[in-house]
Amino acid sequence: MTQLARRHAVNAAMTLLTGLAVVVALIPLALLLWLVVSKGASGLSWSFFTNLPTPVGEPGGGIGNALLGTLYLVGLACLVGLPLGVGAGVFLAERGDGRFGSFIRFTAEVLSGVPSIVVGIVAYGLVVVPMKRFSALAGGVALGLLMVPTLARTTEELVRLVPGSLREASLALGIPQWKTSLRVVLRTALGGVITAVLLAVARAAGETAPLLFTALNNQYWNFAPDQPTASLTVQIYNYAISPYEDWHQKAWTAALVLLILVGALNLTARFLTRSGLTREQR
Amino acid sequence: MEGPPPLLLPDSDNATAARPGDALVATPHRPRNLGDRLWAAGLVSLGGGLAVVAGVIVLALGRLTTPLVGRVHLLEFLKGQDWDPVAASFGALPFIYGTLVTSLLAIVVALPISVGLAIFMVEIAPKGLRPIVSFLIETLAAIPSVVYGLWGLFVLVPWLRQTVEPALARVLGFLPLFQGPPIGLGFLAAGLILAVMILPTIASVTIEVLKTVPISLREAALVLGATRWEAIRLAVLPHARAGIMGATLLGLGRALGETMAVTMVIGNTPEIHASLFATGYTLPSVIANEFAEATSGEHMAALAGLALVLFGLSVLLNAAARLLVKAVKAATGSFG
Repeated sequence: MTQLARRHAVNAAMTLLTGLAVVVALIPLALLLWLVVSKGASGLSWSFFTNLPTPVGEPGGGIGNALLGTLYLVGLACLVGLPLGVGAGVFLAERGDGRFGSFIRFTAEVLSGVPSIVVGIVAYGLVVVPMKRFSALAGGVALGLLMVPTLARTTEELVRLVPGSLREASLALGIPQWKTSLRVVLRTALGGVITAVLLAVARAAGETAPLLFTALNNQYWNFAPDQPTASLTVQIYNYAISPYEDWHQKAWTAALVLLILVGALNLTARFLTRSGLTREQR
Repeated sequence: MEGPPPLLLPDSDNATAARPGDALVATPHRPRNLGDRLWAAGLVSLGGGLAVVAGVIVLALGRLTTPLVGRVHLLEFLKGQDWDPVAASFGALPFIYGTLVTSLLAIVVALPISVGLAIFMVEIAPKGLRPIVSFLIETLAAIPSVVYGLWGLFVLVPWLRQTVEPALARVLGFLPLFQGPPIGLGFLAAGLILAVMILPTIASVTIEVLKTVPISLREAALVLGATRWEAIRLAVLPHARAGIMGATLLGLGRALGETMAVTMVIGNTPEIHASLFATGYTLPSVIANEFAEATSGEHMAALAGLALVLFGLSVLLNAAARLLVKAVKAATGSFG
């Protein structure tokens, strides 16, 4: 009986410990979110979104160019990354069952673990070296390449959610495969594909490391693809490692803006998967 | 697989018949009309594009390191302890050491918590709680690295300096790991912040793996009189061991390459210290700090060489991890 009591005690203790693990895992999240909101919110104002950064001590500086730069870089990244990533994902879902498909899937999985800073160096070699200057284009290429493997895997997963019966029905009507793929399968999976894209964009918008030596930074507005460009993340980094209290404050506020941006993208993606037709079939 | 004829499409090859578990839609490999052939070719070339991306990454890295070929011996590069770009002395060991120490520390901290969390999520949590916790874990994974760094620099580091490190030095100060002045910045800070960042990776893969453990194994243990924990320890965890190993390797791969948060809290000094309180440097951090301002071609090539080392490590780890996780899932399939 004491043996049994001991076993039950161990059971209770371990159950408690696993519950505790959840709490411990979530404490940093709560602390971090609370801190970013409480420290960052005081710096929010309209001019923070529209103004250029100012030198230390000069009031009223903003992150307008960095915010725009992030959107610009992510836009360029989409031009590079979406066709490749979504395309490879559709290939994996539609034709990926053979040997070649498994090889590509494995490549995508391994590539998705490659550190983003390595991809930054690749973009440096591909774009900055031949152009002989840091540029928005180089940053876009870096983020774009970074998107491809994860985008391919998420796209595949979400396209595969389309029920086989839809494809069978279409094929049974004598519709050729390519039309079935495009008009039935992919149209049904459109919500899923958009979700995958949103997740990839959110991830790209939060990247810093590959931008440090591709897009570099810029104190002014920039729309030219061949010029250095500011970004939200690099700006946060520069402000954070500076010795000035004023800039630290701006780093917190910019981090809040970044979190809102990334959070909104993620939540939209989540909402789309919930509501899509694909969801019902699971 | 030779028995039954293919289900649909009479002209498709027998060799391409569905494997068990596939959807019952056969995909013929010999498209009949022009549109189908074009579509198939287009898809295959899009898939091939991904392989091209992989090739481009390797080639671009290799080309950037060429100025170093013939001048610096590979082993000396990896073993060298002195990093002085001005004197053209390039030794990668302090960075490799820093990367390994911080990543291992992160694993040591994150693994038990992640596995505990995964067990709770799969075996214990009430149904209503699961989506909430998994949403929070996803949020943890979605927070950008630089924001973690900001938090680490202004919250974690001062806390370590004032509270944690003095306490550790008092209690465990006889170990070389916990000696030296409490600076806050250093291996300990970097390892802890990495632990938070890789926790979602390890936890979510472990959850996936635990879900593939057949319910019959649990039932068998329970019916023999095991308590819930005993069923987990004796039936579930042994079955999932290789998969948890894979999850750990994935987490390790992520920790190795993490750049911004580590750069902001590790102190950035290319030195090797036994103490976790000391400052150090990692492979990604030195690339982040020096690449844009690299003065000589050799300096840049050496940094690209570090990137190549990092790339090689991450490819090895990820490949091993994926194969392990895949093997576990495949093994489960045969249980039915």
